[in-house]
Amino acid sequence: MTETTTPPTRFAVPGRIAVGHETAATWQTATLTGIRRETPRAATFRLAVPEWAGHLPGQHLMLRLTAPDGYVAQRHYSIASAPDDSGHIELTLDRVPDGEVSGWFHTVARPGDTVEVRGPLSGFFAWPGDRPALLLGAGSGVVPLMSMVRHHRARGLTVPLRMLVSARSPEELIYAAELGAETTPVFTRSAPPGVPVGRMTAAHVAPLLAEQPAHGWEAYVCGTNGFAEHASRLLVAAGQPVDRIRIERFG
Amino acid sequence: MNVTRGFSGRPRVHNPGLPPGQYDARDDWPVLSAEVTPDLAPADWSFRIDGLVERPHTWDWDAAHALPASAYAGDIHCVTGWSKFGVRFSGVSLDAFFDVVRPHGSATHAVARSHTGYTTNLPLADLTGGRAWIVWEYGGEPLPPEHGGPARLLVPHLYFWKSAKWIAGITLLDHDEPGFWERNGYHARGNPWEEQRYSGD
Repeated sequence: MTETTTPPTRFAVPGRIAVGHETAATWQTATLTGIRRETPRAATFRLAVPEWAGHLPGQHLMLRLTAPDGYVAQRHYSIASAPDDSGHIELTLDRVPDGEVSGWFHTVARPGDTVEVRGPLSGFFAWPGDRPALLLGAGSGVVPLMSMVRHHRARGLTVPLRMLVSARSPEELIYAAELGAETTPVFTRSAPPGVPVGRMTAAHVAPLLAEQPAHGWEAYVCGTNGFAEHASRLLVAAGQPVDRIRIERFG
Repeated sequence: MNVTRGFSGRPRVHNPGLPPGQYDARDDWPVLSAEVTPDLAPADWSFRIDGLVERPHTWDWDAAHALPASAYAGDIHCVTGWSKFGVRFSGVSLDAFFDVVRPHGSATHAVARSHTGYTTNLPLADLTGGRAWIVWEYGGEPLPPEHGGPARLLVPHLYFWKSAKWIAGITLLDHDEPGFWERNGYHARGNPWEEQRYSGD
């Protein structure tokens, strides 16, 4: 054997897979049990997955739909719900224009329908609740972050958790009624009276980094690539170590 | 077959270039990297091959560009589901770099690493024989930073997480050693035609 030469990956602590690889490789039937509207464009789809092995907040799954002619469409979706023992998971999907899979969910799907899922997948973006978490999301990028917030609440965790979430308007802010004191919303197109309109800035990030908890923040950034680039640069400029920024880009 | 009620899929023509489970991203080129895009100027870029080779070597930007130019025109496939047809990358074939360092006969695998610390593993056979490149141009323009510029590895016959962005080096080994995503549940090889997405596939 030769020496092991792989350098430590600077930006990533070891992954945190909650379940075995075989579980992640197996397709399971998921039954739609409920649909909850979140915003004019986004809705939450609750799925019963009896064999679900559990997940960590921040993980995603792969979902597939099959047409009668055998055509298969598969997509990755972040899991919105916190881990629990209900045998259910929730996905919150934006209706994408011409979206093949999201279009089916938003216009065809009804309770009782079945789809297939495999997962949970990838431990890199997962947050088990062990470290202070600084969450930056935009649009439906709030979905995996909300799983973390819900987990924090459900377990009564005391580790610091703060969230900055960007939305075009209050009407488009997903989970608006659920957001609490841990969250600062940023509105880019229209905002309630007295709230400034504009994109996330250093002024939003600086106060959070100033209240540096013991051992520092673990930062989680989720959104479009444009948002991810912008938000991660704000974090770096504000002093957040580059190896403690985890990014999930919607591609 | 587990047919989804009311799902017919997007209108489509059969495309023999589309691996199973993939869709055509058309003009989109989604960015998928887990880390902060590095500020890496060409003058600060370097590329090293070491491990089981006769002559470990490091190239800087100019030295790499002095090697014979080579281009790839064809398709790319990402494990998240998109494929992109008819893309053009320019750079240098990895064979030209290997000609300089001369791999030992005992070398069977490689670990590619990025200037960010990202790693990915590949069988050496997937990097030789005109199937892998170090590229710095996309469509005749400098490769954008978020897509791995100034230079990235390109192994287009495997899922694109193998094509390490901001490529810093390749170490040849006599054994397989999982990289970043492979340690996080992804398949060791990643052949799109066999849908080798996740460990266990």
